Amino acid sequence: MNAPAIAPALTAQDFKSDYKPVWCPGCGDYTVLASITRALAALQLRPEKVAVVSGIGCSSRIPAYTTCYGFHGVHGRALAAATGLKVARPDLTVLVAGGDGDGYSIGGNHFLHACRRNIDLTDIVMDNHVYGMTKGQPSPTTEPDWKSKLSPAGTGLREFHPLVIALAAGANFIARAFSGDPSGTAAVIGEAIRHPGFSFVEVLSPCVTFRPEQRAWKEAVHPASVAATDDPARAARRLMTDDGFNTGVLYKGTRPAYSAAAGKTTLHPADLEKDFAL
Amino acid sequence: MSPTKAARATTPKKPRANGTRAAAGPYAQFMARAYAMETDAAERYADFADQMDVHNNPEVAELFRKLSSIEALHAKRILEEMGWKQPPRAPLAWDEAEPPETTAHTELHYLMQPYHALQLALRNEQRAEQFFARIARARKAPPEVRRAATELAEEEREHVRLIREWMKRVPKPEKDWDRDPDPPGLSD
Amino acid sequence: MTDATVANGRVESVSAALAGSGGAGVMTAGNMLLEAAAQAGYFGLMTRTSGPQIRGGEAAAMLRVSTFASDSQDDRFHVLAAIDWQNVNRFASEIPLGEASLLIGDPAQGEPPEAFLKSGARYVPLPLKALAKQVSGGWPNMVALGVLGAVMGLPEEALERAVRKSMKKGGEALAAGLAAVKLGMAEAAKLERSFPLALPRAGAGRWLISGNEAAGLGALRGGVRFVAAYPITPATELLEWLSPALTKVGGTLVQAEDELASINMILGASYGGVPALTATSGPGLALMIEALGLGVAAELPIVVVDVMRTGPSTGIATKTEQADLNIAMYGLHGDAPHIVVAPNSVADCLAATQWAAGLAESLQVPAIVLSDQYFGQARAIIDRPPGAPASGKRLLAQPNAPAYKRYALTESGVSPMALPGTPGVTYTADGLEHNERGTPSSQASDHLAQMEKRARKLESLDCGEDWATLEGEGDVAVLTWGSCTAPVREAFARARAEGIQARLVSLRLLSPAQPARLAKALEGVKRVLVVEQSFSGQFQRYLKAEYDLPGEVHSLRRPGPLPIRPDEIHRTLKSWSRP
Repeated sequence: MNAPAIAPALTAQDFKSDYKPVWCPGCGDYTVLASITRALAALQLRPEKVAVVSGIGCSSRIPAYTTCYGFHGVHGRALAAATGLKVARPDLTVLVAGGDGDGYSIGGNHFLHACRRNIDLTDIVMDNHVYGMTKGQPSPTTEPDWKSKLSPAGTGLREFHPLVIALAAGANFIARAFSGDPSGTAAVIGEAIRHPGFSFVEVLSPCVTFRPEQRAWKEAVHPASVAATDDPARAARRLMTDDGFNTGVLYKGTRPAYSAAAGKTTLHPADLEKDFAL
Repeated sequence: MSPTKAARATTPKKPRANGTRAAAGPYAQFMARAYAMETDAAERYADFADQMDVHNNPEVAELFRKLSSIEALHAKRILEEMGWKQPPRAPLAWDEAEPPETTAHTELHYLMQPYHALQLALRNEQRAEQFFARIARARKAPPEVRRAATELAEEEREHVRLIREWMKRVPKPEKDWDRDPDPPGLSD
Repeated sequence: MTDATVANGRVESVSAALAGSGGAGVMTAGNMLLEAAAQAGYFGLMTRTSGPQIRGGEAAAMLRVSTFASDSQDDRFHVLAAIDWQNVNRFASEIPLGEASLLIGDPAQGEPPEAFLKSGARYVPLPLKALAKQVSGGWPNMVALGVLGAVMGLPEEALERAVRKSMKKGGEALAAGLAAVKLGMAEAAKLERSFPLALPRAGAGRWLISGNEAAGLGALRGGVRFVAAYPITPATELLEWLSPALTKVGGTLVQAEDELASINMILGASYGGVPALTATSGPGLALMIEALGLGVAAELPIVVVDVMRTGPSTGIATKTEQADLNIAMYGLHGDAPHIVVAPNSVADCLAATQWAAGLAESLQVPAIVLSDQYFGQARAIIDRPPGAPASGKRLLAQPNAPAYKRYALTESGVSPMALPGTPGVTYTADGLEHNERGTPSSQASDHLAQMEKRARKLESLDCGEDWATLEGEGDVAVLTWGSCTAPVREAFARARAEGIQARLVSLRLLSPAQPARLAKALEGVKRVLVVEQSFSGQFQRYLKAEYDLPGEVHSLRRPGPLPIRPDEIHRTLKSWSRP
């Protein structure tokens, strides 16, 4: 009997590097890594045609765990670096990965403008509502009453709502996934990569070390009961009213992706000198 | 797992995402599915072994590595049985959250002991057995598929028995097995 | 203006300022005057000063037209003409006058401010507004243009050509402009005092260019094809020039949301293999420092042009200073070897930026170009710069290179870089310390080895003669950099006329320092004068830290925006030459 399908050139394993993650066993980020590699294999991309860009934080360690080209930059600036890379090299598939502190706090401004610019990037934020690498401080998505050494009485601040902000700022694809659902996460990431423009995937990814209670997220998450909408107004209402555990693709916009005004003409710099000649 | 997901998980369906190709015929499709299950399990155990290596837990690492090679062997056997020269393409995603023979990454602990690892493996084998048994009982499934599922369910039952035996040979963890007097480390 | 230059009726150089408040059009007229000087075959330089207002603020165009090329301002201005005197007194220290100077103002706008009158300059009231009204559609600034052009002896045809070039639409406005200029020239003929220029030296193929434009062109010549831009005075014009220019040469510009983004965007683009640059000023550079360190650690070539303005903090955004030296040299945390290059003329903004881009590429390291507001916003008539020499290129990894190591410990320190898209050599560029493969490592041995590798790259840099501009001889040396170089050169010319010799050393390559080269350049020197435009003597401290200076070391310095004028340097040289 013949094989039921043509063998893929590459499997998920081919996207995994031999450098082993330093994440705590139990961390949701392992699933996200597995989901990314699975999605890239399913999309039949080549590792050298994919770049994974990150900032600083536990989840931002992800580029080196793949066999893709990686860029592990400074805290909060992954989207900026990815923007430069994608505009300079539109032939590449560029993924941005990081955590809630990196993406929403120190990198908050870049998040807004990446959504607005709508460059063809996929931004995967592994949200565990805590700064893990610095040993457990509240992040923008931390609940107001969560107590820590830095905020013994809780922050008293309402949580940042990344999906609503992404929508308002102009993201073209908005999804929520849960790292306890590797299948769903892989599917969402694959779809995000395929969708043109800026695709934002928020992955609820528990921190078993500083937020062990997040293990209970697996009881709380539920798939979205309706299909993704392309109507921003409808999406806004849904996102504003959901319980934060609604997973799946929630918004798929139709805005055309940013295309840089790359010069088609290729004059030589010497040709510009005549502007200065007397 | 939510009730809707449990309902969806009863029968193997066409993979969710684009870019995967359906197998030719229900039997080959079913066997491709079984193959994916085994490779997923082998890869997951290998991941777990790596994690235990990094976190200086060599005993459990070795155990996971052993489990991984057993699952890889099963996968290889399916290839041979089917006469496939190359492995069928893996689905992007399963209909259920977690493939039938794997455990979520979130269940691991750096201080876990061999007993925990075997508990985890036992649950996987039981779920795999149930998965095949359900298909074996499914009246709508073609006889060829039901026959294969029955055989595979039998194999998984045997694995369950072997792991139960194995568990008898390793010590049960103390009550405070996950105690760590030091606080977590700092990184970046 | 020096006493020597007003001898025998003809001068080699005239400095003229045109001041007025918003709506007076002093910059437009100033630009036309510079263009006219160029048309007549002279060299020239126009700088500007202005109040903080967006519109309606006081402003002055400050020109120097000469038979020789110079980026220096003179000691004093020969003539200051003002359309009105609204707050123009604020520029008194920037527009020094002398007894031989001419002060022209519209009596309808009141008396000139005491700050100018006390110089002893001859005040000549000239009803610019009333004169302009004699021409239908005439403007006072065009009358002033005619006056100033005639005062410096520019031929009418040159002024006419400049006006025509500027008012391309022609029609009534052009006719009115030309008539007003003519009127102004006729008025100037009645003045008792004028400063006619000596005949220009023949020269063809000159350029009229600003330092910011020159830096932009240098960037393109150096291969830069990606620019991230966040507007900041006085670097904005550089970015604005690059925006359409990049498009023409097949490159791209992205406007960033802030300087943190712009620096990281160029790192991303460079990682992708496209030579990349951003331009900023002090406040922006401060924000970029962390990511510059990433460029050092991850070995990504980028260029940051810092068009310096006065600091600290927002400082004076529109005015010049040489006080970003410390942050450019030492601002990066950790031991972070990188390139710092400083142009020392408007024309050199082109060569230095191109050089920096090439060095960045060939050494895979960030380069900072320290220009300043004086150069950046000055428009100068310069000899056509020589054609572009070949720029440094990046060493790239070959596809499927066996056992590829991105950060291999090579002899020169430079290791082949894999560009995304190249199969078989993928790696992760990392700001974390790493081993040769690029894998993060916290081991002391990897840290030391990579540190040595990064240092080795700069040690291997062969800068040839480009590290400094060396002129003159003698046992006195003046050490300077950037926009202080031209006044030193001018002081030297005056000293030479008196038989006084000195050596000029203007450093262009600030990092890595070249102690052996400087020691050779200073052989036999007994006295050193350090000239710089910073309050605390940043350049002198830098010299003390990086070099052994021979003999006595003196400092001549002041903060921006006031330039150090040739006379001050000349006086020191003279006092030192006395037995």
